[in-house]
Amino acid sequence: MADVTFTVDGKKLTAAAGTLLIEACRKAGIEIPAFCYYPGLSLQAACRMCVVRQEKVGKLQTACTTTVAEGQVFITESEEIAQARKATIQMLLGNHPLDCPVCDAGGECEVQDMTFKYGAGESLYAEAKQHREEQQWSPAVYFDRPRCILCYRCVRMCGEGMDVWALGIQNRGVTSVIAPNEGDHLDCEQCGMCIDVCPVGALTSGSYRYKTRPWEMTHVSTVCTHCGDGCKVTLGIRQSNDGSEIVRADNRDKGGINGDFLCAKGRFGFDFVESPDRLNTPLVRNTQGKLEPATWEHALTTAANKLKEIRDNRGGSAIGVIGSNRTTNEENYLLQKFARTVLGTNNIDHQRTADYAAFARALAGQSGKTAGLRDIGAAPAILLVGGDPTQEHPLLAWALRTDVRLNRARIYVANARNIKLERQAKAVLHLTADGYHNLAATLDAGSNDFSKAVLAEESLVVVLGPECPGTAIESLVAWGLKRANVKFALLGDHTNSRGAADMGLFPDLLPGYIPVSTPAAFAEYPGLQAGAGKTLPEMLIAAGANQLDALLIVGADPVATTRMASESLKNTFVIVQDLFLTETAALADVVFPAASLYEKSGTVTNAFGDVQLVKKAADRAGVKSDFEILVRLANAMGIEVKSLVPFSKRGTSADLGQTRGAQAGEADRSAVWLTANNLEPRLSPFDPLAILDEIARLVPGYELDRMNLYAGNDVRTELGATPGFVPVSALHNSSLIAPAHDTLFTSGTLGQYSSALHELEEHQKNDVATTAAD
Amino acid sequence: MSPNSETMSIFSPRLAARLDALVQKYPVKRSALIPMLLYAQDEIGYLSDAVIAAVADRIGITELEVRNVATYYSMLRFKPAGKFNIQVCTNISCMLRGAYDLYERFQDELGIGHKGVTSDGVFSLEEVECIGACCWAPAIQVNYDFLDELNPDSVPEILSKYRSAAKSAGEASHA
Repeated sequence: MADVTFTVDGKKLTAAAGTLLIEACRKAGIEIPAFCYYPGLSLQAACRMCVVRQEKVGKLQTACTTTVAEGQVFITESEEIAQARKATIQMLLGNHPLDCPVCDAGGECEVQDMTFKYGAGESLYAEAKQHREEQQWSPAVYFDRPRCILCYRCVRMCGEGMDVWALGIQNRGVTSVIAPNEGDHLDCEQCGMCIDVCPVGALTSGSYRYKTRPWEMTHVSTVCTHCGDGCKVTLGIRQSNDGSEIVRADNRDKGGINGDFLCAKGRFGFDFVESPDRLNTPLVRNTQGKLEPATWEHALTTAANKLKEIRDNRGGSAIGVIGSNRTTNEENYLLQKFARTVLGTNNIDHQRTADYAAFARALAGQSGKTAGLRDIGAAPAILLVGGDPTQEHPLLAWALRTDVRLNRARIYVANARNIKLERQAKAVLHLTADGYHNLAATLDAGSNDFSKAVLAEESLVVVLGPECPGTAIESLVAWGLKRANVKFALLGDHTNSRGAADMGLFPDLLPGYIPVSTPAAFAEYPGLQAGAGKTLPEMLIAAGANQLDALLIVGADPVATTRMASESLKNTFVIVQDLFLTETAALADVVFPAASLYEKSGTVTNAFGDVQLVKKAADRAGVKSDFEILVRLANAMGIEVKSLVPFSKRGTSADLGQTRGAQAGEADRSAVWLTANNLEPRLSPFDPLAILDEIARLVPGYELDRMNLYAGNDVRTELGATPGFVPVSALHNSSLIAPAHDTLFTSGTLGQYSSALHELEEHQKNDVATTAAD
Repeated sequence: MSPNSETMSIFSPRLAARLDALVQKYPVKRSALIPMLLYAQDEIGYLSDAVIAAVADRIGITELEVRNVATYYSMLRFKPAGKFNIQVCTNISCMLRGAYDLYERFQDELGIGHKGVTSDGVFSLEEVECIGACCWAPAIQVNYDFLDELNPDSVPEILSKYRSAAKSAGEASHA
């Protein structure tokens, strides 16, 4: 809409006609207080805090419902307005307890702030306060009725925002009360969004309440470690006996790709880091065949000696490496570099949850064709093929719902299952389980209403669920590339599945999906093998057949996920880096206790290719990051660490290659690149940024915008940047893809150790059971 | 009630037809919510959980949403009232003409207070806001009957009239 100019407190402001006054003022730095107004939700106009004086209008107007027009004049602060706000607060405090020092919200309460700013020291109301006992609605949500100021934010967030509609408002006038859908408890997605938006201490979180004060915590913005959406999460950290502990997870920094949103896993599922089952010390199998605690030196020497011995005697092909889909990009890159240059093997793979190699192949050479989460949240039309975002990708589901609600986006759902997002869909096409193959042809034919509607869209984002096999990914991408304005996304599970694929945890593909047979820039890897290695299942079979002498497994539990017989690893020397004694770790010969994503720094790439900075938040005595473990392992094997992690002031080989020519010695490519990019060499071998520099130098699509990345913003990586063609390979058949199908309350290995998520799952299960019996 | 209550409507065929027609009447289904609740209450006597579930199902909204609306209105009730629900107006006209004395007499005679139900289930008593009969104050409403220009001494007669009506209705239904 056209811009209009109006005056607020004597300042000329410009905004699009129809903008809400409260929003226009906030953008201009004029704060108008409001309890019931919440950006993105429907207007309530219930609290009367945002009243302003508009010229030539008799009564005070609510800024949250006034839309700006040309020539209007407003005053937002005056004696009269302060008096009106004071009266509002006096009303609200009529029954609100005045016990801020014991209230869980004390220190971050909007009523407290406003009372401080406008409130009266005394009240005209002499009525006795009506006390009600606090109620527990679920393991996550507690309700303290007298504190509620009836702003309806929770009701709207739950209904409009989450499409759950589990909260309502009952009765009338002074007896009005927020009510849960099951009478005395909640049957919902347990996302905790209601707690997040509550301006006071009426809704409190089961995992945080009464544990600390907001000002006693340090707040660290990092990335959630659960699903592939990569929500930005703010962890509240407090000192503890063995480091520092996470007391709360929320999204007070609303600038992330998730905006206001965080699901149950992000908000409550951080407690796995404090699990008593957490490994705190390395374990080494002793002569009696039992795992016993060991020093880091002993464990590292044992593992390094064995790896070195096998490599030197049997060759690298006798060693296998299995990577993780929840470690950082730097760790994944380092792991494959370690495998390929130190161990001398291409036997490296990870538990694939979506076929990113097929996706990269389909998009090779195309630029600007992948959609990030921000693109999806603003897209006018989205074709969702497979997947159940509400359960598996809660942020994507939120982004789609919000897009429909605020931008009138059109969602087309093609799925073999019935999914909740059909409620927002403009059209739904039910497929058979193997119907994804033919979808592109169906769309092209335009013979049904669904394909006609999709074909009529001028621009489209195609979101491919994890159950789309490689062939379907290729046919749908090919279909979309024929049309203008089509972008794509492929949904992988776990926090860094995409990163694991991008960083080349493949037996035949280097980082950036570059084939090992034609390594391009990676030719600088010393000792790089040209032949493809073994896939994850092949490695496990080889181990069972005594053809694999050592297996290094980082942050993965293949014994549990593949349901393999435990004795098949009997004759293989197994090294595991993990947080817990998983089924695989229990069979290992050396186990290193690893730090979780919340205890280290680096970057992760979400399923949509948005790269974000991971910041170290919590700290735990005894564990080390996978990055540090790998560097120490290489060091213990006698490797020049500089060749693995380019660090130190003097560069990796002190040769900048300018004087003696190519024949005299290989130029220090890292130092040359750093100089060209105006970057300093990193000083520590444990600095993940040293590897990030190498990733930026070598991996296509990862020349990231550092300024934004370090500032905590999401930056895009580009899949299509891979030069040339990613070859079709027998190592990429769809049987290798195993989507995690996590629900709102499960999260692979990590979820098993989160008692908060277990409690929520139990609550929902029992809840559903009793409802069904009625 | 039929053992197979899940497939059977809890409403009489006549009411069910009326509710079906109501849902069709408005551009948005949920607009029919309040009249549906009123008619259902007239037949069942109060808004039981089953009524709320059935209405929610007919409109396609959650039971919580039905409760959100229903709890707003004092004329919708969630517990059974007596066979005859006596509603005594105590708004200004009635009050000036002695409604409180009338209301007290009802309480004394019946031995129940506001929203109370007699132990035999015949009467319930409510103090209500204006029932629109100010010209003939003080007025009461017994179910849908209006009785006006009353004084406390008219109470025993009113009660005995309805008590005998309840008795004969009870006999008729047992015959």
